[in-house]
Amino acid sequence: MNGAEITQLFDYLFMVMLLFIGLAIIRLQNLFAVVMLTGVYSLIAAAWFVSLSAADVAITEAAVGAGISTVLLLAAMLLTSGKAKPTTAFRHWAALVVMTAAGAAVFYALGDLPVYGAADSPANTGVGMAYIDRTPAEINIPNVVTAVLASYRGFDTMGEVFVVFAAGVGVALLLNLSGRGKRGED
Amino acid sequence: MNPYVVLRVVSKLLIPLIFLFGFYVHFHGEYSPGGGFSAGVVLGVGVILYALIFGMDAARKAVPPWWARIGMAMGAFIFAGVGFVSLFMGGNFLDYTALDPNRTYLGQHLGIVAVEFGVRMSVTAVIIAIFYAFAGRERTGDTAEG
Amino acid sequence: MIEIIADRFTYAVILVLMMVGLYAVIATGNLVKRMVGLSIFQTSVFLLYIATAKVTGGGPAIFDYSDLAARTIPEDAIYANPLPHVLILTAIVVGVATLAMGLALVVRIREVYGTIEDDELSEIDHDDELKKGV
Repeated sequence: MNGAEITQLFDYLFMVMLLFIGLAIIRLQNLFAVVMLTGVYSLIAAAWFVSLSAADVAITEAAVGAGISTVLLLAAMLLTSGKAKPTTAFRHWAALVVMTAAGAAVFYALGDLPVYGAADSPANTGVGMAYIDRTPAEINIPNVVTAVLASYRGFDTMGEVFVVFAAGVGVALLLNLSGRGKRGED
Repeated sequence: MNPYVVLRVVSKLLIPLIFLFGFYVHFHGEYSPGGGFSAGVVLGVGVILYALIFGMDAARKAVPPWWARIGMAMGAFIFAGVGFVSLFMGGNFLDYTALDPNRTYLGQHLGIVAVEFGVRMSVTAVIIAIFYAFAGRERTGDTAEG
Repeated sequence: MIEIIADRFTYAVILVLMMVGLYAVIATGNLVKRMVGLSIFQTSVFLLYIATAKVTGGGPAIFDYSDLAARTIPEDAIYANPLPHVLILTAIVVGVATLAMGLALVVRIREVYGTIEDDELSEIDHDDELKKGV
């Protein structure tokens, strides 16, 4: 068994774990368990990112998904309620119908996706590989992801930073950043 | 007053390491996986851990909320500022090659470091600000209708 | 049919995960659980993007120093496509910022209405409108 086969086995393991966690999140009504399983889901997704050779993404997903999202969801849960009402039969069937319709649509399109891991797929032959070829001479730093993020697509990243800034301002406006709650009212 | 001695001792050991790792991820981002976004998130997690273990008041003393408020804006400002500097030095907007008078890749290095600094500052500050906003809120409205 | 799915098995599993997230969003009336469903859906979309960037036998797109000094990379080097990594890296951080925004709205809704179940919310709204005589 070589390295690639072992990685593939790990991938199957991650798939099974993610599916089980997803189903458990649907079934559970206790929000604390749901929030914790969401953190686990993100952490396993981060492990899968490593095996899909996306190391930068994995670091961010591990810190965001297992750290910050979980803390925020826990805080929101404590500020609201700890238990969800059980799903009604009508909602269950409605969701199942929507899910089946959407699922049929995406699975119909599955055949148009490139073969998994193909180097000659349209997604992997265009601009992405051109960045790899040009980075050594133009930017001259080893990590191509950083080069594309900060330099080639700098304008895109600037927009993202402004979106993050806007979200921070929005939360601060909704929930009073100075953090004293509704002090003015009581 | 805090009964969780093990948690306090372990987190006192861990928090400096988390910050060190955050700065490593930032400054080593050109050579290994990492960069401004990841580093900002890791640094934010360090502050959140401190606040969870030692309480909000201690955290507010260590990292005052107005730091987060200013940092949010400053990070975005630095990013756009680098773009305008390269514009005024004769290049296009965010064309870092123009930052070096000889037009070599050194300008790119300089621009990437500056931009990543802005990203890291903004992301850290936003995450701390969001956490303060949620954690400082008290549970109210229990007597409301419904 | 079988070979189409066999070649794209990873994508098929990720699409199932996406549908699980979609079900979680629609089936529950609890707003916090709905945000959880959205974040599962979002993580699955990230996985789909990163899976398309995978190249068999390729590692992360990080060069050796010797290649950098020569200003060129060897012909036979295989790297994963860096472009989806960049898009998803920023999308993750934006995703947590928007998640926080949504949760802040949920907290405010709880403070005003006293509940976060959407059927109760629409009942309260309905009663208010009846009282106003709309």
